[in-house]
Amino acid sequence: MLDVLTGFVNELRQAGLPISPTESLDAAEALHHVRLEDREALKYALGATLVKSSAHWRAFETAFEVYFSIRGPQLGMKAAEADGLEGEQPAGDESASGGGAGGGGEALSEEALAEMLYRALLSGNDAQVAALARQAVSRFAGMEAGRPVGGTYYLYRTLRNLELDRLLERLVVAVRSEAPEGHLTALEERLARDELASRLDRLRKEIEDEIRRRLVTDRGAEALARSLRKPLPEDIDFMHATHDELAALRRAIHPLSRKLAVRLARKRRHGHKGPLDFRSTMRHSLSTGGVPVDPKFRYPRPGKPEIFVMADDSGSVAAFARFTLHLVYAISSQFSKVRSFVFVDGIDEVTRFFETADDVEEAVYRISTEANVVWVDGHSDYGHALSVFWERWGEEVTSRTSVLLLGDARNNYHAAQAWVLSEIRRRARHLYWLNPEPRSYWGSGDSIIGEYAPYCDGVFECRNLRQLEQFVGQLAS
Amino acid sequence: MAEESQLQGSLGFPDPGPARFASASEVRERLAAIGYLADEGTAGVVYLADRLAKPVLVEGPAGTGKTELAKAVAWATSSRLIRLQCYEGLDESKALYEWNYKKQLLRIQAQRVVEDDGHGALVHETRDRDLAGDEGRDEAALVGAAGQGTSSAMRWHDIEDDIFSEEFLLARPLLEAIRASEPVVLLVDEVDRVELETEALLLEILSEYQVSIPELGTVRAQRVPLVFLTSNNTRELSEALKRRCLYLHLDYPTLEREREIIKTRVPAITGELADQVARIVRSLRALELKKYPSVSETLDWARTLVVLGIESVDAEQAKATLHVLLKYRSDLERAAKELCAEGSPTSSGSASV
Repeated sequence: MLDVLTGFVNELRQAGLPISPTESLDAAEALHHVRLEDREALKYALGATLVKSSAHWRAFETAFEVYFSIRGPQLGMKAAEADGLEGEQPAGDESASGGGAGGGGEALSEEALAEMLYRALLSGNDAQVAALARQAVSRFAGMEAGRPVGGTYYLYRTLRNLELDRLLERLVVAVRSEAPEGHLTALEERLARDELASRLDRLRKEIEDEIRRRLVTDRGAEALARSLRKPLPEDIDFMHATHDELAALRRAIHPLSRKLAVRLARKRRHGHKGPLDFRSTMRHSLSTGGVPVDPKFRYPRPGKPEIFVMADDSGSVAAFARFTLHLVYAISSQFSKVRSFVFVDGIDEVTRFFETADDVEEAVYRISTEANVVWVDGHSDYGHALSVFWERWGEEVTSRTSVLLLGDARNNYHAAQAWVLSEIRRRARHLYWLNPEPRSYWGSGDSIIGEYAPYCDGVFECRNLRQLEQFVGQLAS
Repeated sequence: MAEESQLQGSLGFPDPGPARFASASEVRERLAAIGYLADEGTAGVVYLADRLAKPVLVEGPAGTGKTELAKAVAWATSSRLIRLQCYEGLDESKALYEWNYKKQLLRIQAQRVVEDDGHGALVHETRDRDLAGDEGRDEAALVGAAGQGTSSAMRWHDIEDDIFSEEFLLARPLLEAIRASEPVVLLVDEVDRVELETEALLLEILSEYQVSIPELGTVRAQRVPLVFLTSNNTRELSEALKRRCLYLHLDYPTLEREREIIKTRVPAITGELADQVARIVRSLRALELKKYPSVSETLDWARTLVVLGIESVDAEQAKATLHVLLKYRSDLERAAKELCAEGSPTSSGSASV
């Protein structure tokens, strides 16, 4: 057990979770107090001692499934099944399928499987759904021992064959027709749909688990854990985030921006103490018989910076631009003024969207639909965007302004117009450039960050939320 | 087991004392008996916290029963609940202990009155000394100035010992929890509200279950209390604090559990309505809202519906009472739009009222 535990802790560390030796000792200690056969108890004992942040829970769960699934209750069955593949028939299903399927003794036909799955989902029979999920994996995933393919590939193949979207529609229609008056009210239908969707989610999870279990038996826990390792939300690369990862980022940015705002507000209030506040000290000394036991100080109120954000909104870096705008606006109370501009080859001020919109999400959405950022062909042209900016808004940059440029500086071989930056630099308090590309790519191909860099107070690599948060925090303090 | 507990003692791990619960499932049963429906994970962590003598850090969205958990555990183990509400600017004197300054002053003044009867000469010096507080110099001045040097120095030590005794100590929640002779549950509520530096105050208590008072020495807990810290996650807590705790993330309950919670807490509700309420709330949580309905708001809503005598919610009634669940105008609008209009082939939703 100790071996498994150290392997497991090691894997979690590899995945980026900070686990101290004390914590792994605690985990070992906790194992004394739970029954090891009880998988749920084991999971929570390890979770409570090793994982100290809810954002890391998913990574923990994945690793846990991998490391402790071979010790799961149905181990024997799993192994047998993996060998004989399509041999298994879930108990009691024969009656449910009603003999409609063609192949009784052999594997179920695809239609029969889909039909049984449909009925099991409709009646909400979890055990049967789980059994059918195993069946579906055997049937559709086409898993071969030793084949070096990621689990997601098998998952994709299985799900594609099951056509869950169509299944959902079919289920909804079925529920609708079963309603007493032949139709459902909008609310009822919505609730029914959500219920069915959650059952489908459970099915998807069953399938994922099944694939993982089989992969573990095939490759061993360590190898598999490595292939399943996903970056934590704060480490996801903006430029290469998949659809799901972007969703995770969006979820992560809310609490992040809130934390940042709270932290900065506190810092501002408690940063450093000012001179003695004599009046207040005397007032408070009354309760201690005139002895000034507790000296009071004035808090300085430092001026808030004004900020101009210019973001490249072209395809490759749009996600980065939006997350940065999101973060900057979430802490806009820390700045006396925030103005934002987006550009591709034209440039447009988008401050108005943030002022009128209820929340940042909506404003960002409106930017992508309404802002007028394309001048000629919709390929980034930093030079033109910068010179237009200077022409129209250059006057408004003052010595209290910090200017923030976001983009990869991939200029499609247009003119750089770097003189604009030197002008801005002369007027503004600070000029920073955030580049979402890894530092090693800077200056390669059409990247002309090198031409702009000399005029900036700092050029920062900003590839993930962690780096972004760090920078924005510094900017505001 | 006997060997182990001895080993723990020698390594400086606190001895957890007799078990409060026999097993995780017993935790669950006993909490359920007083109306708190814990899921398996929650019960398991509470059980471990007792056995390992470790505090529990409970995190999660607002209104998922974090504070309630501590209260329920206190109730279930018939312990006294000592609560420390954290806020920005909380300091040692509010969290740990404070010397009762006014009482100390009184004590010294009372002494003076006594002395006044005997020898009036000392009065002024004593007074100066009290106020200036610089002991060494005053003492020396006193010894030199007064004729009866030694006896007054003696008296000073007496007074010092006297005014820094337990009588003049105001125990704040943390010290109180450590000193209590009866079983206690200590709840440190919203620990994320204090500043990072203030967190350090908690560290000694959380790992050693003791408080050091320079004038008095170290106060050790007679019996390790169960400690719960709650956090709304407005900032990252320090590694040092997290390391000392077991971590429990309380999320919104599953559909089944929420239904049970509604039935337990709102006994007047019908099974059907409870089911409907739980399902509507789940659908709401699946939307993108600014603030999701919490469990307590769900209960409020269920209560509202019961009071209004509604037995089965339809779209119109839901829309009319949604403001119990959702607290932002934009959320209300979105929910009304999503739940009551989307995907319906006819406009039967409003027609059926």
